[in-house]
Amino acid sequence: MEELIIEGTSKTPTIKFNPSTGYLLVRGRSIPENSIEFYKPLVDILEAYNSNSQSSTNVDIQLEYFNTSSSKCILDVFKKLEAINAGNSSVTINWYYEEDDEDMLEAGEDYQAIISVPFKMIEVEED
Amino acid sequence: MNDIQDFYNMMERGNIMLSFKGEVTSDLLTSILQIMETKMETLDEPPKIKKKVYNILVECLQNLYHHIDEDDKLTAQNEKSALFMIRKEQDGEYSIMTGNYIAQENVNNMKDRLDRINAMDKEELKDYYKEVLNNGEMSAKGGGGLGMIDIARKSGRKLEYNFAPVDDKFSFFSLNVKVAQ
Repeated sequence: MEELIIEGTSKTPTIKFNPSTGYLLVRGRSIPENSIEFYKPLVDILEAYNSNSQSSTNVDIQLEYFNTSSSKCILDVFKKLEAINAGNSSVTINWYYEEDDEDMLEAGEDYQAIISVPFKMIEVEED
Repeated sequence: MNDIQDFYNMMERGNIMLSFKGEVTSDLLTSILQIMETKMETLDEPPKIKKKVYNILVECLQNLYHHIDEDDKLTAQNEKSALFMIRKEQDGEYSIMTGNYIAQENVNNMKDRLDRINAMDKEELKDYYKEVLNNGEMSAKGGGGLGMIDIARKSGRKLEYNFAPVDDKFSFFSLNVKVAQ
């Protein structure tokens, strides 16, 4: 399986997923008008990865902000990770938020409550 | 010619930072967000407030954008048009205001949703958001009924709204979202 690399824009995040190391990075802002289309390649590669996963899968989510249209797609991504975690790989999701950004911390907690994968909330300093 | 000065003074008194009236397209949305981001950079706001305002702005604008059905040839141009304004009061409070036409048959549904959201406290909104996020169906346009809940959560204030009947087919929907400092 080839590595998935999507370069970020002013409306969409950088996405990197390397199936041979089991590392996923989502970084930037996610406010596209059509997020289903944008997230489809990631959802698809995670689906394929589940049948040939590494022993551990590490996920860094470093989002500045995201719109509600993205929030459903991010949940779809997490549901794939939940399936991978229930399979042969142990998944950890690191959810980054800037200090004082209660909205982003709460957003991470919302997902944590829905998805049964270990979440780590990581506070970072403001830019 | 006095009209122009009247418009100017009205906007000046209303502390309007930016306003737009017309059809909300994807390109327009991108431009408005870029302009507002640059403006807010110069305003020396705490990053927390900047993010909140920007986030609500994105949702409000995308609501207007998704609201317009591009394949709809029956609706007159006038009724596809929307109004968008952002103001900053002397006390520092932001207001994001939108206005758009809504079909009469959708008014009650929309009003019920807004009333339901306004009746909820912070914790209830959080639970409602999670419920819709996890169970709600996503529409073809990517909206999923989460927009207004998210706007209410981030705003920290009740949503102010009004529906004014225009004719037998349309009402005008006004929404004012305030951002608590």
